[in-house]
Amino acid sequence: MNCLKPIRFTGAILFTAILGVVFAAAFPATASAQDVPDLGPKPHVVIKPMESHIGNVTGHAAAAKSDYRRYCAGCHGDYGDSNGENAVWLDPKPRDFTIATFKCRSTPTGTLPTDEDIFNTIARGLTNSNMPVWSTFTKQQRADLVAYIKIFSPRWEKEKSGEPIKIPAEPPVTMESISHGKALFTKLECWKCHGPHGEGDGPSAATLTDSKDNPIRPYNFAAGKGDSRFKCGNTNQDVYKIFMTGLDGTPMPSFADVIQPNDAWDLVHFLRTLQVDRHSKENEVLSAAHGVIPPYVDRNPPPAAAPPADNKPPGGAN
Amino acid sequence: MKTHYKKFAVMACTLLMLGFGLLYSTRKTLNVSAAATGGITGTIKLDGTPPHQKPIDMSKEPNCAKEHASSPVTTETVIVGPKGGLKWVVVYISEGLDAATASQVPPVKPTWDQKGCQYIPHVMALDVNQHFEVSNSDPHSHNIHPLPKPNGANHEWNRSQPPGTPPFDQVWAGEEIAIPVKCNIHPWMHGYMAVVKGPTAVTDENGSYTISNLPPGNYTVTTWQEQYGSQSQKVTVAAGKPATADFTYKAK
Repeated sequence: MNCLKPIRFTGAILFTAILGVVFAAAFPATASAQDVPDLGPKPHVVIKPMESHIGNVTGHAAAAKSDYRRYCAGCHGDYGDSNGENAVWLDPKPRDFTIATFKCRSTPTGTLPTDEDIFNTIARGLTNSNMPVWSTFTKQQRADLVAYIKIFSPRWEKEKSGEPIKIPAEPPVTMESISHGKALFTKLECWKCHGPHGEGDGPSAATLTDSKDNPIRPYNFAAGKGDSRFKCGNTNQDVYKIFMTGLDGTPMPSFADVIQPNDAWDLVHFLRTLQVDRHSKENEVLSAAHGVIPPYVDRNPPPAAAPPADNKPPGGAN
Repeated sequence: MKTHYKKFAVMACTLLMLGFGLLYSTRKTLNVSAAATGGITGTIKLDGTPPHQKPIDMSKEPNCAKEHASSPVTTETVIVGPKGGLKWVVVYISEGLDAATASQVPPVKPTWDQKGCQYIPHVMALDVNQHFEVSNSDPHSHNIHPLPKPNGANHEWNRSQPPGTPPFDQVWAGEEIAIPVKCNIHPWMHGYMAVVKGPTAVTDENGSYTISNLPPGNYTVTTWQEQYGSQSQKVTVAAGKPATADFTYKAK
């Protein structure tokens, strides 16, 4: 009995040694720690005194420190660079706050969004992505987070938000408006990406990439059954904004240069009919007409070769 | 005696002043003419076999496929002319410019056209704050989507330009070599806008370039090619005649 103990002991050592050799052979990279450069301690996040203004609420970056770390950093990263520990598993990727490019804006393409734009995005969440609805936060918490996001890019110190686009009052939903919207959908070639029925299957859909070269899908209007949502809001005004400002950082361009305000409303009305299962005024008008959109006939053709007044380049050419 | 001496002194003074005046005025005119004619010319060549340029399949855009049916279009990353000249190389002055020359914005307004699902030109050199026009000569839509580096003076924007719409005016706020431009609808479309202060040029199909309107002085001339990057050379521009600066890239 006594002599068995040392044998068992050496057996255990032998087993561990073999295991060690097998592991070392299987994972040679992990064995050499000197390959990893010593980066020193993680850089400290400098919380600049950024502010946000939403109505009469003023947000302060410093106040959002713990909320950001608890609720946002997991995906957006401690440094706002979209490299949080969950980011590798996400598609689409979390927003990278260090480049200050935002999809959902009320401001023209190439400009910073308003504080309210970001505030609304946090509350609404982003459908078809992993960004949840944060309406449980108080207004003050969200305003503080808007300010916190600004510490990650110097753009917020150098620039002001863009001037929000003007949205005229919505005209009534009529079949004529829907029919004109359909003509625009064809003419402006929305179908190249979104597909002829808005199902996100146009000829260019497969090759689309975002500004970081990650593959990206065009919006499928027909998906989501009765609950189909847009990323940047669900009112008709939000839809108007989406194509008049463009979704910066994605292939979706701004059409502000090429669509007149009233024509834009016609396009909104048509786009609603592509959300086939969604209850809407547009779909009511369409079903009253037995689902048939008549071809558009231009009652007031504009004089030939005269570009729209607000569409002229500042240089005055053409 | 005294009056003679006085007369002589007055005459000598006048003569001297006249002489200096004349000298000064000729110097000034010389300077002006040098500023107008000084410059740098040169040829940029590729040493070795240029990398294969892949043909572009434009069948997804039938208009463009038809337009190029007789001579298929290839990628344009390295374009070499018949004599080995490298096309689409940006040449600019990276050092030595005086403030006045650097801040001068050329009065011309170049056009960035979209034609046959290609950017014409493929590479465009612009001054900071120089206006340019974006036009669409195709019978279908394009979206113009420049992607400057984040957090610089220039910002990403993305505009749709359907057929028949008038050109629109754009400008870049800061130096950047070079801003890639793409069209998301036609993923093969690539181009670059190089934004630099002071006079610039882009090489033609012979690899030749001319930078004009350069006052005499010592400069560093730098080139940029989308595949091979940059090279630099010191050049002295003398009054009245253009200096030469040739470059050679090694094919990779």
